[in-house]
Amino acid sequence: MNLILIFIAAAVTNNFVLTYFLGICPFIGVSNRLESAFGMGMATTFVMTLAATVTWLINHYLLIPLHIEFLEYVTFILTIASLVQLVEMFIRKTSPELYRALGIYLPLITTNCAILGLTLFVVLRNYAFLEAVIFGFGAGVGFTLALVVMAGIREELEFADVPKPLKGTGITLIIAGLLALAFMGFGGLISS
Amino acid sequence: MPLYKEFTKGLWKENPVFVQVLGMCPTLAVTTSAIYGFSMAAATTFVLVSSSFVVSVFKRFIPNQVRIATYTVIIATFVTVAHYFLKANFPPISKALGPYVPLIVVNCIILGRAEAFASKNSVVRSLADALGMGVGFMIALVILGGVRELFASGAVFGYTVMPHWQPWVIMILPAGAFISLGILVGVFNLISTRMKR
Repeated sequence: MNLILIFIAAAVTNNFVLTYFLGICPFIGVSNRLESAFGMGMATTFVMTLAATVTWLINHYLLIPLHIEFLEYVTFILTIASLVQLVEMFIRKTSPELYRALGIYLPLITTNCAILGLTLFVVLRNYAFLEAVIFGFGAGVGFTLALVVMAGIREELEFADVPKPLKGTGITLIIAGLLALAFMGFGGLISS
Repeated sequence: MPLYKEFTKGLWKENPVFVQVLGMCPTLAVTTSAIYGFSMAAATTFVLVSSSFVVSVFKRFIPNQVRIATYTVIIATFVTVAHYFLKANFPPISKALGPYVPLIVVNCIILGRAEAFASKNSVVRSLADALGMGVGFMIALVILGGVRELFASGAVFGYTVMPHWQPWVIMILPAGAFISLGILVGVFNLISTRMKR
């Protein structure tokens, strides 16, 4: 039950993009086409789940026993960077098709603050191992959801008559604001 | 290009938030009030200037293949310094900013300046550039924080400006952050095009 709650909270009610403002750069940058938004979302979900798993293990079996928690940020960011690299090499060897679909998005993921934010949240909230994995997966699903919804809206927006100064970033941010309002409506799903 | 121009370009012409649309996460997340925006920008500027300095001093010794990883480690080191400094000296601010201080590590402005400027230019120029970008970031955050605080509570930097203001709760919610920044970017574009004419 607890795991389901963590999943729903990470994916919908406390959506990473729309309530914690994590991963805004790809959210604005890659959300102009539905197809690329979905690819980016999938790649990010994959890396998020892995990152939550691996950094949890590193934190509990390396940093805490050795009392070097102050190295947290350096270790985590290096872990994420090397994970992305590994995932890229693995996908290129095993499934060229998937690589062609995700390839260009993978390097971008390293600098996605949603991933580092996720690993920091796991530490802050003292999640157990399974909770951390589910949390990572849920956050990824939520990120994909926000990205895909946004891309759908922006594809329609190309035909809309937007005031000139607001074109591009301005209108995207305002729509994101309206989306955030809409997502607040899900708040009732979890009352805690 | 004269040295002062390296500094001033970050303030308006290449403003990191309004023009380059970089570093959005902290910009939106911590600007519920002007003072939080200011503290966040001060911490970011510290990391930006120090890492630009280190990168430009050691640019000859950093191998090209691992430069991004090296920059990231340099940045993460200074972020750790900033985080513990805030935690020790300004505990309430550190608590309010929460995980967004460590998240300076992945602020694209810093990595962007290290890669695009500090790794190719002299130490003095890199310092001027980093300082300009930092101040530009600060201007954007203080304006956004000020606007949100003003409409949310009728005060700026904690001083009441509009005494009988009916608070707009939406301004401190995430939705208010997105909408205010969207409108501010629009206003910025409007002023820029007017000035060019």
